[in-house]
Amino acid sequence: MFIINCPYCGERDQTEFSCGGEAHIERPKQPTELSDDQWAEYLFMRKNIKGIQFERWNHIHGCRKWFNVVRDTSNDKIHAVYKMGERPPIK
Amino acid sequence: MSNNLRINKNNFIDQTVRISFKFNGKKLFGYKGDTLASALLANNIHLVGRSFKYHRPRGIMTCGSEEPNAIIQVGKDPALTDPNVRATEIELYEGLEAFSQNCWPSVNFDIGGINNFLSPLLPAGFYYKTFMWPASFWEKYEFFIRHSAGLGKSPTKPDQDLYDHQYVHCDVLVIGGGISGILSAKLSAEKGLNTILIDDKSYLGGSTIYQDDDIFKINNETSNVWLKNQIEKLKRIPNLTIKNRTSVAAFHGYNYLLARENLTDHLSAHERKGKIRQRLLKIRAKKVVIATGAIERPLIFSNNDRPGIILSSSIKKYIDYYGVKTGENISLFTNNDSAYETAISLNKSGVKVKVIIDIRENPSSILSEKIEKTGIKILRGYTITNTDGYKRIKSIDVMKLSKDGGSVIGKKVTYKCDCLGISGGWTPMVHLFTQSGGKLKFRNNDNVFIPDENKTPSEQISVGSSNGDFELDDVINNTVKNIKIFLGLDKNKYENLDIKCSKEKQKRNIWLLPSNEAISKTKPFLDFQNDSTAKDVKLALREGFKSIEHVKRYTTTGMGTDQGKLSNMHALGIIADTTGTNMGELGTTTFRPPYTPLTFGAIVGRNVGEFFDHTRRTAIHDWHVENKAEFENVGQWKRPWYFPKNGETMYEAVQRESKAARVSAGILDASTLGKIDIQGEDASEFLNRVYTNAWSKLAIGKCRYGLMLNEDGMVYDDGVTTRLGENHYIMTTTTGGAANVLSKLEDYLQTEWPELNVYLTTVTDQYSTMSICGPNSKKIIKKIIPSLDLSDESFPHMSFKNSKIDNVNCRIMRISFTGEHSYEINVQSNYAKDVWERCIEAGKEFNITPYGTETMHLLRAEKGFIITGQDTDGTLTPSDLQMDWIIGKKKYDFIGKRSLYRSDTIREDRKQLVGLLTDDPKEVLEEGAQLVESLEKPIDMLGHVTSSYFSPNLNKSIALAVVRSGKKLKGKKLIVPMENKNINVTITDTVFYDKENKRLNA
Ligand SMILES: [Zn+2]
Repeated sequence: MFIINCPYCGERDQTEFSCGGEAHIERPKQPTELSDDQWAEYLFMRKNIKGIQFERWNHIHGCRKWFNVVRDTSNDKIHAVYKMGERPPIK
Repeated sequence: MSNNLRINKNNFIDQTVRISFKFNGKKLFGYKGDTLASALLANNIHLVGRSFKYHRPRGIMTCGSEEPNAIIQVGKDPALTDPNVRATEIELYEGLEAFSQNCWPSVNFDIGGINNFLSPLLPAGFYYKTFMWPASFWEKYEFFIRHSAGLGKSPTKPDQDLYDHQYVHCDVLVIGGGISGILSAKLSAEKGLNTILIDDKSYLGGSTIYQDDDIFKINNETSNVWLKNQIEKLKRIPNLTIKNRTSVAAFHGYNYLLARENLTDHLSAHERKGKIRQRLLKIRAKKVVIATGAIERPLIFSNNDRPGIILSSSIKKYIDYYGVKTGENISLFTNNDSAYETAISLNKSGVKVKVIIDIRENPSSILSEKIEKTGIKILRGYTITNTDGYKRIKSIDVMKLSKDGGSVIGKKVTYKCDCLGISGGWTPMVHLFTQSGGKLKFRNNDNVFIPDENKTPSEQISVGSSNGDFELDDVINNTVKNIKIFLGLDKNKYENLDIKCSKEKQKRNIWLLPSNEAISKTKPFLDFQNDSTAKDVKLALREGFKSIEHVKRYTTTGMGTDQGKLSNMHALGIIADTTGTNMGELGTTTFRPPYTPLTFGAIVGRNVGEFFDHTRRTAIHDWHVENKAEFENVGQWKRPWYFPKNGETMYEAVQRESKAARVSAGILDASTLGKIDIQGEDASEFLNRVYTNAWSKLAIGKCRYGLMLNEDGMVYDDGVTTRLGENHYIMTTTTGGAANVLSKLEDYLQTEWPELNVYLTTVTDQYSTMSICGPNSKKIIKKIIPSLDLSDESFPHMSFKNSKIDNVNCRIMRISFTGEHSYEINVQSNYAKDVWERCIEAGKEFNITPYGTETMHLLRAEKGFIITGQDTDGTLTPSDLQMDWIIGKKKYDFIGKRSLYRSDTIREDRKQLVGLLTDDPKEVLEEGAQLVESLEKPIDMLGHVTSSYFSPNLNKSIALAVVRSGKKLKGKKLIVPMENKNINVTITDTVFYDKENKRLNA
């Protein structure tokens, strides 16, 4: 059980948060213009990396804000936390 | 039986306080400070149980949590009895009653012992090989296993004890109160760090606290005296918390640890009253020091499991700490110097040590020299090849080892003894280290896995024996040196201690000791609890198992409640030897939490009974209780299910309620529906994007039904939303979906559409909702609010008005989930019960009938209205539900729109919602029942029933179902095959009642 540094509240226990899956997958602005394959790519395809992964997290039992987390899925080490709309601070 | 097994020299046991207890019904005595094991041994009782598979007699083998044999049942109260308790850990208290577990009818006469003679038939993988086939025999095997393989009895009544959870935070957590843990805690606390020291025993000091021989000295004091002084000083440091009788069960990432604190298990029944039994500590530590020590290894030779064979260090503890002689005529068998310490202690206490068998050729050290002076015989380069004695060891056979250790030579000599101490070296307790993600490295010279300092998770350190230091000077010097770096300390007083101790000169290790007999005729036990032998491991390897994880499961080695703490290393060693692999490359099996078993009570704490989950009650709940409602759990809510009158059954009550709602008036507490207040200048645009239909043109004061999809196009939730003002809406959701809908909407607002100026607030609890329906509903509302214009022109269906009931503000919506003319009154929750009672009072002359969820479901089914989550399951599109009318065709986008014309969602043979009528109108279908076209095999399943009721208003059975290509099948006959009959049904429209919606305005 890790500790997440919410950009709005500070360090809190993992039990206060929920994970929203891979980050930086933008909802297409013009879905009707997409082929089935392009829409399916947005809808279904996720990376599930062993190692450094960019994720969305929600402080659901706290400030309820969404933000991004860079987490190493192999050891749960969190390398960075940043707000929605911001660029990842690391590659 | 001898009475002089207790010596009278030590200060750890209070021999002035006699404690009576019972073991297997026999009344015995011990003293304050005893464990059950030490008290049994003082009563000359070694035999405490039978082994799992062969039912061999087994005795107390250790003095700690690694005990494989002395696993007992404590107490016989059906609510309080505790199985699988280790006799070596439980402290003696007045009235303790303990029983052997794994024996029937008694520990001395055990029918299962016949397995011992059948043992050639019970080799490795026996369970897999025998019980796998044929499957139909399983019942018989299960009976056999359950009866002969006792693993204790579960309590049959609810646990009456109290358990607690506590969150704990500290700068430094030190696990283990031996000498290295004490030094670490002292250094940490003296630096001013908030420190917690945890130890599983009732006292501190580990094995050093009873090491009183003058070979071991620190600053000219014997090591026990020196340590005792340190502990006294330690106890006075204010920023240090000591938790005794506390065992760390799990070490997770980010220094999150779980520990169980035993608070009353050492007290007599009347001392326990009203106290919390165990507390689960949830600890977050900035830094963790693992000082969990090491446990002694046994030696693996034939018949090494007889009662009376005890780890040599345990014999030392029984004599030095508890003052208990484990025998009158003890021999020792070792591959290292530890057994000599035991011999010195026994010799001092006047216990005869006949012979020390040492597999090493030249083990000279200060310890062995001291022993030689006493005249105790030492056989160097010898091994034990066999033992004798059924319920207690009687003798050992000793032979000379060949130079390479692979065989025995010369003549066999037999020595009589009533106790044999064995020592195969030491295994560092690295369980918690590996649980936390640390990786081990193998040290070849003494065959131990120790923490790899380069692969240790940050902010933790292992010290002392758990880090592979076994001799006093190494333990102290390395602990002080490493803690200094770990905590960033300055020079301290422990850096230049004058330490004297014995140093081991020679090492020799043989994992499986040879015998003069063929291995097939020997019984060298590896896992004492699960009865697996070295032979089983070798057999598994011959049969092709290579991975240690597979060998472990196939032979069940290390799979008992002790998790193989004693002999995992030997199993690995034998695998390595047999396959010619290096142990370091082989690795270890995985250590999983908990380190020692946890009670369910400690795990759940106070979260039992009514505290198991939150219970949500509406503001009108008390009225429902007073009026004898039966309740249904809907998520965390308690909702009235139906209101039985005069002993009605549920069926009768629901039929009456459903009829009354359509004939005159019904009233429903709908407060549990989710309510989200939506405000902001972009509120209309927001609703446009989240619902499938159009919202921009909804006039203020109007209501609209909306369907919400997931991006995959599947129906997610539904409800009515009302426009209260230009930029103000109130959305209702399903009861179960309320929290998730809010989260989903917040997600879109924050991450996809941050440009929208919209604010969401949940007001589910703040407003209560009562729905009055039926042809007389208008008259009832008129009575309550005479000033309100209820004409269809002023207040049409799907509209809303602000009003007042006396001084109470209320929102009244004219919306309907029953198809009847109906009103929904929303008031601030603290007025809800009064308003509800006003409605009931006003409705009396119209026989207003309170109804619950069941009638609500029936009434809406008559109208073919769906319930998301009952008629839908996340695989149905609006079109599948025959609700194409609700798709805003002209809308450019909404959540899920693009998915509505994917190749899969436009298939015509998708499952689609239909109505069903049974050929026999009295026959009510079962929800979930399958629908088929013909009974000819193979039978093709076409769909299933989602809702089914007997409609009192139509006087026939009705049902909703999802059926493949259902939209095209109207009028088609299908079959619902049940266990003892086949029911004929016809596919119909989904609307059964008032197809023209005339009643809405009736
Ligand atoms: Zn937050």
